[in-house]
Amino acid sequence: MSAAIGDGSHPREQRAASLLEAIGLGRRFRGLAAVDNVSIDIGVGEIHAVIGTNGAGKSTLINMLSGELVPSAGTVRFAGHDVTRWPQPRRARAGLGRSYQRTTIFGEFSVLENCRLAAQASEPRPWFVWERAARDWRGVAIATRALAAAGLADDAGRVASTLSHGAKRQLEIAMCLATAPRALLLDEPLAGMGAEETGRMLALLSELKKTHAILLVEHDMDAVFRVADRITVMVNGQVIASDVPERIRIDPAVRLAYLGNGH
Amino acid sequence: MASDGTGDEGIVASGVDGVRAEVGTLPDIGRREAGGWLVPAAAALAVAALPLVLSPYGQDVVVRIAIYAIFALSLELLVGATGLVSLGHAAFLGIGAYVAVLASGDSGASLALLVAMAMAAAAAYALVVGTLSLRTRGVYFIMVTLAFAQMAYFVVHDTKAAGGSDGIFLYVKPTLAIGATTLLDLGQRASFYYTVLAALVATYAFIALLLGSRFGHALAGIRVNEQRMRAAGFSTTPYKLAAFTVAGALAGLAGLLLAVKDGAVNPELLSWHESGAVLLMLIFGGIGSLRGAVLGAVAFTLLKELFQSEALLGPLASHWQLTLGLTIIAFVAALPRGLIGLGARVRGLTSNRAARPAPGGST
Repeated sequence: MSAAIGDGSHPREQRAASLLEAIGLGRRFRGLAAVDNVSIDIGVGEIHAVIGTNGAGKSTLINMLSGELVPSAGTVRFAGHDVTRWPQPRRARAGLGRSYQRTTIFGEFSVLENCRLAAQASEPRPWFVWERAARDWRGVAIATRALAAAGLADDAGRVASTLSHGAKRQLEIAMCLATAPRALLLDEPLAGMGAEETGRMLALLSELKKTHAILLVEHDMDAVFRVADRITVMVNGQVIASDVPERIRIDPAVRLAYLGNGH
Repeated sequence: MASDGTGDEGIVASGVDGVRAEVGTLPDIGRREAGGWLVPAAAALAVAALPLVLSPYGQDVVVRIAIYAIFALSLELLVGATGLVSLGHAAFLGIGAYVAVLASGDSGASLALLVAMAMAAAAAYALVVGTLSLRTRGVYFIMVTLAFAQMAYFVVHDTKAAGGSDGIFLYVKPTLAIGATTLLDLGQRASFYYTVLAALVATYAFIALLLGSRFGHALAGIRVNEQRMRAAGFSTTPYKLAAFTVAGALAGLAGLLLAVKDGAVNPELLSWHESGAVLLMLIFGGIGSLRGAVLGAVAFTLLKELFQSEALLGPLASHWQLTLGLTIIAFVAALPRGLIGLGARVRGLTSNRAARPAPGGST
């Protein structure tokens, strides 16, 4: 979006207030820095892509943002709160949704139940054991909308494990949407998708970014350059560049470290 | 369209009726089994009629089966519903039994009081064990639950007040009375028979209700993929702890009934043999099904009776563990999904290209 134009050194001031922000984030595994002093922010209305070779620390970063990993250093701020010490479920209820690289849907449940269950998290009411899950109309309503938004309205009654790979990835997004998130952390949503499925997913992401802040970790470079408003490039756990796609494309450090060997 | 997906409360509230009309009923993929409520209800009625034709010994066997069915159902809530394989479930059975006998004392006590105390004590220990063990997963969880059960075993085994390795007798069977009128005297065979049957029906109905609720569906989600549940915003540990505590309380109820039935308790009630036996019942009957848990308790207890019978097997009866073990291995090899899967298996064999139901992502 137009608001995403920055000078490279401090782009935050030119854009809508950031919703999710990491400052000086670091994580060490047995002395090895998987992520080192990474600062990144995303705001509503933009897709911020994180790219990098295998082992660059992208997954570690997304796990620290979602709350699955406790950072060794740095701060995570979400919607004005310091959430660095918040466990993942609390962050999720606050509106930080994520999807996984490997498909993690509930295969034996119906497509609708996958989303209804996700919607239940925001209003769990666990002690009301006489309330039938089958009569959870609030959950069904949210789930139905999430499925429609993700393009799965016609598959609501199917057993989730019988969906095609692309549809499973869509369901993954729909489950994320059913939790009513404000920010989406998407870990390789295009993995293993064909051209047509990729096109559909990119259209969905472009639609979603109007109302959500999206962090996109993705290997498919063409797709990233098509939809991303900003791109952060990681190498060996560090950010070597973070800018709009046009400048990332011509950035000498990026070309040398990352694009150089393939493009 | 995307803004609809965010689940705005206002939109949802106004749209519920529309969704209700459009969707009809939610496909309940939880645990729908053929025949719904009719099958367990019919089975309960049949068991209620059994004393008409059964000898007192036969009725004793039915009572024993029903008590073990309650115990197996309580573990099914953990193993089949939540995916928590505990190898220490006998601790809660034993605690329920011991508390009932100790609270009963020399002069006996009200059944209502004993039930409350036995279930509360078992639940309390389950709360402690769960709090500490649910931090671990998989085989570590199995080992930690086993360790806590062994701990309880040795405490009971080495405590004078609990009768040490000999155990203690229950001198007076509990009664239920209002004022001077005795409603129920568990010392009477028929009263005890129907009390145990009622307890089994109540346990079955309660767990079925639980599993069909939103809470139960959350447990199913945890079983299938706990990480995904956390990502959706479920704090999964309290859910697992609640299931663990409820399962402990129900095992405590089974323990109380077992103590009343045998008129005595001993430390073997808490031993890992007992924990292993109830796990075998579930595997035998078919994990993931309440009917399977009951069926497993029936089959296990009957086979044990059979293989322990010297009248039928002569000297082989003293090696009942061996014969029972081999039989169970053979059964499990032939029916990997337990006795409850027998129907599907037979149907699969008779109709060679029948559309088989999705076996579910049991990973």
